[in-house]
Amino acid sequence: MSTVIPSSPDRKASLKARIFGTPSVGPFLVLLAFCIIFALTNPRFLATHNLSIILQQTVIIGVLAIGQTLVILTAGIDLAVGAICVLGTIIAGKMVNLGYDPVLSMGFAILVCTAAGLSAGSLISALKLPPFIVTLGILGILTAALRLISSGGAFAVRDPFLAWTGNTMKLGGFVLTYGVLIMFLLYGVVWYLLNETKWGRHVYAIGNNPEAARLVGIPVRRHLLSVYLGAGLIYGIGAWLALGRIPNADPNAMQTANLDSITAVVIGGTSLFGGRGGLIGTLIGALIVGVLRNGLTLAGIDPLWQDLVTGILVIVAVALDQMSRRKN
Amino acid sequence: MSDVNSPMAPATLSAPVVLEARNVIKTYGHVTALAGVDFELRAGEILAVVGDNGAGKSTLIKALTGALHPTSGEILLDGIPVHFKGPLDARHAGIETVYQDLAMAPALDIASNLFLGRELRAPGILGSVFRRLDKKRMRQEAQRAMSDLKFRLPSIDNAVEALSGGQRQGVAVARAALFARKLVIMDEPTAALGVRETGQVLELIRSIRERGLAVVLISHNMPNVFDIADRIHIMRLGRRAAVVTPKTHSMNDVVAIMTGAATA
Amino acid sequence: MSQNCNRTFVRSNRLKAGAAALGLIIGASFGTGQAAAEDVIVGLVTKTEVNPFFAKMRQAAEARAKEKKVKLIARAGKFDGDNEGQVAAIEDLISAGAKGILVTPNNSSGMLDIIKKARAAGVLVIALDTATDPADAVDATFATDNFEAGVQQGTYARMAMGDKKAVVAMLDGTPGGTVDTFRHDGYLKGFGIKEGAPSIAGAAITNGAQDKGQVGMENLLSKNGDINAVYTINEPAAAGAYAALKSFGKENDVMLTSIDGGCAGVRDVKDGKIAATVMQFPYKMAAMGVDAVVEYAATGKKPSGFVNTGSFLITDKPVKGLESKDTAWGLKNCWGD
Repeated sequence: MSTVIPSSPDRKASLKARIFGTPSVGPFLVLLAFCIIFALTNPRFLATHNLSIILQQTVIIGVLAIGQTLVILTAGIDLAVGAICVLGTIIAGKMVNLGYDPVLSMGFAILVCTAAGLSAGSLISALKLPPFIVTLGILGILTAALRLISSGGAFAVRDPFLAWTGNTMKLGGFVLTYGVLIMFLLYGVVWYLLNETKWGRHVYAIGNNPEAARLVGIPVRRHLLSVYLGAGLIYGIGAWLALGRIPNADPNAMQTANLDSITAVVIGGTSLFGGRGGLIGTLIGALIVGVLRNGLTLAGIDPLWQDLVTGILVIVAVALDQMSRRKN
Repeated sequence: MSDVNSPMAPATLSAPVVLEARNVIKTYGHVTALAGVDFELRAGEILAVVGDNGAGKSTLIKALTGALHPTSGEILLDGIPVHFKGPLDARHAGIETVYQDLAMAPALDIASNLFLGRELRAPGILGSVFRRLDKKRMRQEAQRAMSDLKFRLPSIDNAVEALSGGQRQGVAVARAALFARKLVIMDEPTAALGVRETGQVLELIRSIRERGLAVVLISHNMPNVFDIADRIHIMRLGRRAAVVTPKTHSMNDVVAIMTGAATA
Repeated sequence: MSQNCNRTFVRSNRLKAGAAALGLIIGASFGTGQAAAEDVIVGLVTKTEVNPFFAKMRQAAEARAKEKKVKLIARAGKFDGDNEGQVAAIEDLISAGAKGILVTPNNSSGMLDIIKKARAAGVLVIALDTATDPADAVDATFATDNFEAGVQQGTYARMAMGDKKAVVAMLDGTPGGTVDTFRHDGYLKGFGIKEGAPSIAGAAITNGAQDKGQVGMENLLSKNGDINAVYTINEPAAAGAYAALKSFGKENDVMLTSIDGGCAGVRDVKDGKIAATVMQFPYKMAAMGVDAVVEYAATGKKPSGFVNTGSFLITDKPVKGLESKDTAWGLKNCWGD
């Protein structure tokens, strides 16, 4: 009978594991490769102004993708991402234009987005409906509601507080909007929750094996509810960032936000089957999409290539995930 | 009990009863799953529960771990009647279960799985306010739990899905051993394993007994049962047909009792 | 979270290979895209990639840019109404060093800030096809007068119907869109009725798409079988409406008119499916836009104000007192083939 006590892993292997064991290394190398290629083709790409633009363009999808990551980690999917975020912009914009206090308006809008997330979560956890169907339904309901609230049209939202996230600040020669800082802050906070707390552990466990999670005593339903609630809150904050980027509330906006956010998550190495992946990958995934679009424009290449390359990346990412799952 | 007249192993005869069931009945409409079963687990013993399919093995185990509520009858832990509302209650009372599908999150590492649902929080403000996990301590304790059981693993940092079937079973057993205060229930722990890995798992079960925990082993595998069990509880038609020991009865005897061809 | 190092190691290697392969694809495509630094760059940002109107606009811009030896970078919104995508495109074009940007705004007020930034950076900004709100946010607007085009459609419909009492159905595009509003209001004016008049049987949202046009028409016909005049936002919506009218057996009793001048639409006029359409000229907008940027780069002179690129009534059943061209002329000047 074997009685070998587990040996502590030797230093070399542990270093290797530290470098290559992080799941976001692959996406990061892809991002780096694109940056190098674009920098070589057009030196303007690396101008601080341009890099700052790319970050600003990544803010909305980047933030929405945080919520999407949480949902996908639980083996769900959120098709109401864009609609909930647009709902936030319309409510905040409408209220401010009606003369309400801007802080109150934005707060209320974020609250409504959170409630939308909560209702999705309730249907999914209490009635055990598939997330795909529930969020598709919510997408439909919200699309109609948005048209009704805004009487069909887009309207300008001119308020310093709502637009504040679009204001810029200098950070060592680098011009950043507060929206960009809020995005990084959100990534930091949610990363911490996912990786350093019990709550995050349980998100992974539920996505991995919900039955096991239940058996070890994790309140699976309540936990799912908290995930969708948190996602709704994040979409609400996304609405504030969206108004900062473009001071305009438009019921027809963000129609591709669902697929865009899912793309960022998948390219970032998170498994659509749940339980695998992480937030850093998602940030890199969102940046890859942003860098591609910007870089191709600077190189004067048909933007069709962006869709093509993004499509290939998504397939490669999903194929890699499948292969690694099948091996185990 | 009057229908159980077989001599018992000296070590377990004197040991106190940890878990007991008295005349437990479970019916689903007209179907009777348990027809007044008795059960007795003594401290420090390995008690095998055997029986044909449908004899009521798993219903009995579910009743003992709170996964279902008996229609009538009594369950006593250390002589005190208990009413488990669910598996969590049983766990809080010191009863750990190793499920047949192991209840693991395959993509998480070994330490995370050992502490799944019972994570340790960092000391001080980091833990209380920032809810930070104490990963280092969990890792150390996981390491220690595995070495306590003398179970060999390539690295504690491996994801569970990278382990062999036997290794996974080892992790599941280690988890039960780490948290059980009274007894561990194992559902077919060797069902999916090869010969060598089965040996390793049986060794693990022995080392759990060495630590003073009682073990309930549900198994179809007669050689395993005879290899490791102190006593054998035989289920038939929702009742306890007999309790025998490997010393007094042969495998053929046990099979005969299971099928009703003989009585103890 | 710790992961199995073997697994992820393999995975990152594969990804590296994937990245290299993609790099090759992109690298290869640079052969044609590369341009000398002193080239004048003209940016074109259309509403979507898929609409033939904007495809024509883009082709015309490309052809004219080639002729004038300037570089054209074309971008588009991802869907009809995609403001965010157009704003990002303008940002990218400023970064790319564009001398002038031609834009067909998806949202008239949504991109004012970025247009301001572009103009402050010395970039000439011209709105094509759709005006911004306010219109002087851009240097100039080269577009069809959509209200006037709507009036042409409405006037024809009213005059062609003679003294018949009208029951009108409105197949709108996307509610709230500027073009949508102008055409809609223009039609009503040309037809001589007011918004909310009892002779309007109802309206449907088509997003300018054939399938939605058909569904919208079907629903309106179910609601009111007396409909005998149909306004459509564009020809695909009209084609959908025709299919619905046909299935109700009413294709000959209804005055179906449209706007756009796409070749498919002109053929529908020729085939008698649509009574008349109002043609607009995307290639004129694009070519004029490229010319304006070239001139600005050379002389610093900027165009200003609204420049009507014109619209023509196309029909084979002309009415007296209303200027129109036949479909033979239309097919020579249409776009989208």
